[in-house]
Amino acid sequence: MAKIIVDGVEVDVPAEYTLLQAAEMAGAEIPRFCYHERLSIAGNCRMCLVEVKGAPKPVASCAWGVRDCRPGPNGEPPEISTKSPTVKKAREGVMEFLLINHPLDCPICDQGGQCDLQDQAMAYGVDSSRFHENKRAVTDKYLGPLVRTSMNRCIHCTRCVRFSAEVAGVPDLGALWRGEDMEITSYLEKALGSELQANVADLCPVGALTHKPEAYHYRPWELTKTDSVDVMDAVGSSIRVDSRGREVMRILPRVNEAVNEEWITDKTRQIVDGLRLQRLDRPFVRENGRLRPASWQEAFATIANRVKGTDPKRIGAIVGDLAAVEEMYALKLLMESLGVTNIDARQDGSVLTPVYGRGSYLFNTTISGIEDADAILIVGSNPRIEASLVNVRIRKRWRAAPPPIALIGEHADLTYPYEYLGAGPETLSELASGRHSFIEKLRGAERPLIIVGQGALSRPDGLAVLSTVAQLARDVGAVKDGWTGFSVLHTAASRVGALDLGLVPGEWGLNAQTMVQGEVDVLFNLGADEIDIAPGAFVIYQGTHGDRGAHRADVILPAATYTEKSGTYVNTEGRVQLANRAAFAPGEAREDWAILRALSDVLGHRLPFDSLNALRAKLYAAYPHFAAVETVQPADSFAAIQALANVGGSLGREPFVSPVKDFYLTNPIARASGVMAECSALARELKLEAAE
Amino acid sequence: MQLDRIAQSLLLKEFISGFILTVKYFFKPKATLNYPFEMGHRGPRFRGEHALRRYPNGEERCIACKLCEAICPAQAITIEAGPRRNDGTRRTTRYDIDMVKCIYCGMCQEACPVDAIVEGPNLEFSVETREELYYDKAKLLENGERWEREIAKNLAKNAPYR
Repeated sequence: MAKIIVDGVEVDVPAEYTLLQAAEMAGAEIPRFCYHERLSIAGNCRMCLVEVKGAPKPVASCAWGVRDCRPGPNGEPPEISTKSPTVKKAREGVMEFLLINHPLDCPICDQGGQCDLQDQAMAYGVDSSRFHENKRAVTDKYLGPLVRTSMNRCIHCTRCVRFSAEVAGVPDLGALWRGEDMEITSYLEKALGSELQANVADLCPVGALTHKPEAYHYRPWELTKTDSVDVMDAVGSSIRVDSRGREVMRILPRVNEAVNEEWITDKTRQIVDGLRLQRLDRPFVRENGRLRPASWQEAFATIANRVKGTDPKRIGAIVGDLAAVEEMYALKLLMESLGVTNIDARQDGSVLTPVYGRGSYLFNTTISGIEDADAILIVGSNPRIEASLVNVRIRKRWRAAPPPIALIGEHADLTYPYEYLGAGPETLSELASGRHSFIEKLRGAERPLIIVGQGALSRPDGLAVLSTVAQLARDVGAVKDGWTGFSVLHTAASRVGALDLGLVPGEWGLNAQTMVQGEVDVLFNLGADEIDIAPGAFVIYQGTHGDRGAHRADVILPAATYTEKSGTYVNTEGRVQLANRAAFAPGEAREDWAILRALSDVLGHRLPFDSLNALRAKLYAAYPHFAAVETVQPADSFAAIQALANVGGSLGREPFVSPVKDFYLTNPIARASGVMAECSALARELKLEAAE
Repeated sequence: MQLDRIAQSLLLKEFISGFILTVKYFFKPKATLNYPFEMGHRGPRFRGEHALRRYPNGEERCIACKLCEAICPAQAITIEAGPRRNDGTRRTTRYDIDMVKCIYCGMCQEACPVDAIVEGPNLEFSVETREELYYDKAKLLENGERWEREIAKNLAKNAPYR
C-alpha cells in the first residue's frame, strides 16, 4: 500500500494503482474517454490530466502509477490536485482540441443524451471554439449488420480497437495513419467476426459507433429501464431491458462481476425485434388439420376433453429452454396431480439428472472462478458459441498468464490457443487412464478445471462420458477443499432450474426423446422448439413464437417471453436470478404460470395458488435455495462426483459435436428476429469464405 | 347645498356632459375591429397554430431529434423516428401534436435546432370535433406550406434577438 494526497485528502491505495484509480478512491471525479477499467491503458485522450506536485506539467492520471510519484523532500506522500486552476485550464484545452474535429450534429446523433463527450463538454468544456477552419471529414466504414459508423465523430480513443483485440479476441479493428488523419477501420471493409461485436458501440464514448438495428428509433430519455436477466444461453448475463410503452426498445448489459462483467453477446442484445415478430397473441385450436383462432375457454375445453379420457401413463410433458422456474414448478404440480410421471426438461437428450446430487450438473467452479484455474480441459464443448461469456473469462485467464488449455471435441477457433487432444471418447478414455501426455499438466496443476459441455452429454453414452470425466476430475485432484474443478456447461437457460426442480422422468416415466416418438397420446409442450414431435399425439403447445413447436401443435396457448413476466432463472453455475417484466405480452397472451393455473382449474385439479407471490411462497417452501436470489447455493460436489465416477459404462466411438449449430438461431425468439437471420447468413458466408 | 343639487338636476348637467363625451367619441376613429373581416396586429413572436416547415428545395426540415418532444411541458408531442427508406437519413415516421393538450408555450420552437416546428401566426383553427385537433405529420406539413411566407418573415424579424 502507498499513501497519496488527493486534493488534500490522504488515502492509502495499492501501489500498483494509477493516479486515476487513487483519485476515484479519494472521491475525486476525473473525466476520461480512452480509459476503461477492463481494457489496457492507452493514455491518448488526455482528458484525465491532473497536477502532480513537483511535476513541470499536468500528467495523464490514467497512465501514471502511484508508485511512479516521488515523495516530497521530507518524505511526505506525493500530492496530486484534480481541482486546481491548472487542471481546469488543461481540461478546457483538451476539450477544445477534441471538439475541433467533432461535428456539432448531436440532434441527429444516436448517442445524444447518453454521450460521454456531450456530458463532459458541458461539465469541463468552454462555451465556444476558436477554430474557424474546416473540420476533418472521414468516410464511414462498413462494420457489419450490428454496428453503424459515423467516423466524423470519432475522437480516436481506441476503446473499440482494444476491446476487439483484448476481450473479444478477434482483432478485426485497427487504426490507420496518424495524427489528424488517423482512422479506425476494419482494414478490408468486412463485417466484424466476433459474437461480442456490439459491445464496441457501448464502449464508444461518442456517436462514432452506434447500434445499427435500432438506429434512430429512440432517445435514451424516453425509455423505462428494467433490470433483468438474459435467457439466450445458460450464462444468465445481467441485462437492463429498456422499453417504451408496450415495446422493448433495446437491451443493455448490466455490470455483474460474477457473471458477465459488463459484456453481453450480440444475440442477447439484438434479439429485440424477435420479441415483436412471429408472436402468438391468441389461443389456437386445430380443426380439420388447420389451426384456427379460438378463445381461452375453447382451448381449455378442447384440452380437458382429451386429457380426461386419457390414461396418465399416456400423457407426457416436455419443457423448453426458455422456461422460468415458476411455470416449470406449476407444470410439475399439475402433472403430479394428474398422476403423470412422463415429464422431461431435457429436449436435447442430455443425460444430466438430479439423482447424483446438485454438484453433478452445475458449473461448480463458477464463472469468476475460471480466473483462478491453472489448467483447463474442455470436453465436448465449443464455449465460444455455447456460452460466449464463459469463453471471455477463459480468454481473460489466458491473457493474465497462459495456463495449459486443451480441448476434446470439435476443432474450433476459441480466440486463444489450446492443445487439441482429439475428437471423441477414445481420447477422453486415453486421458482418464493416464496414457495421454496432457494428464501430467492436469496433475501438476494446483487448481485444474475440467469443463464438460452438452456435446459430450446429449448422446446415448453421455452418462458414461460424464462418469469418465468425473473419474478424471477425481484422479487429477480437481475436487478438493476450496476448489471444485468439475464443471458442466449448459446451453439452455431453463435447464439448471429444471434439474433443481427434478423435472426428469419419474418412476417408469419416459424421457423427452421417447415421448416425441409417439409413446404418449397427449403431450404438453412448454416451449420446447428444438425437438421434432412424431405425428399421432395430441400436442398442447404453450409458448411465445410461431416456431417449430407451434406448427406441430393441436392447441396453442400463447404465453409471455422473458421480458414480459417476472421469472426466476438459474444459470449454469446454479446462480438464482430474477427476470423482471419490462413490457406486457401481446394480445391475449398471458404469463405462463397463470395459464397453467387456469388450465388446472378446467382439468379439475386446481393448483394451490392464486398469485405469483403465493406460487413463490410455495416454491420457496419446497425448494429454499430459489429464495436466495443472486447467490450460488454451494452444492456437495465431492459426493456428487464420487457418485458419478462410480457409474462407469462403456464409451461410444462417435466424436463429440457441439449442440449449437448456429450461434445466432438457437431459440424461437432468435429465429423470429430479422437481425439474427442477417447475422447468421453473414456468419455462414464468412465460414464458407474461410473454407475456400 | 340643497339648492345647488336642485339646479344641477334641473339643468341636466350630467346628461349634457355624458352626451358631449359620446359625441366626442363619435367623431374619433373606431377602436373595435370588424373581426371576421379585419384582424388585429400580431407580433412576429405570436404563438399560434403549429406548422412543420420544409427547406426551399422541398426537403423536410425535421431531423427527428425529439428535443421538442422532450421539452414539451404538456407532453403534447409524440414522435417516432427511423432511418428514411431511400437515403437512410434520420426522419420522423410519426409526428403528432395533441392540440388539446398544447398550452402554446412555444418551448418546442425554442428547442428546435433546425426551425422545423414553429408556432405560426394562425389562430383561426377552431373545429367542431376533438379528433380534428389531434394533428398528425401530414396536417402539420400542410400548415407549413400554407403559412411558410408569414413564418419566414416572422423568423427573419425575430432573428436579431435570438
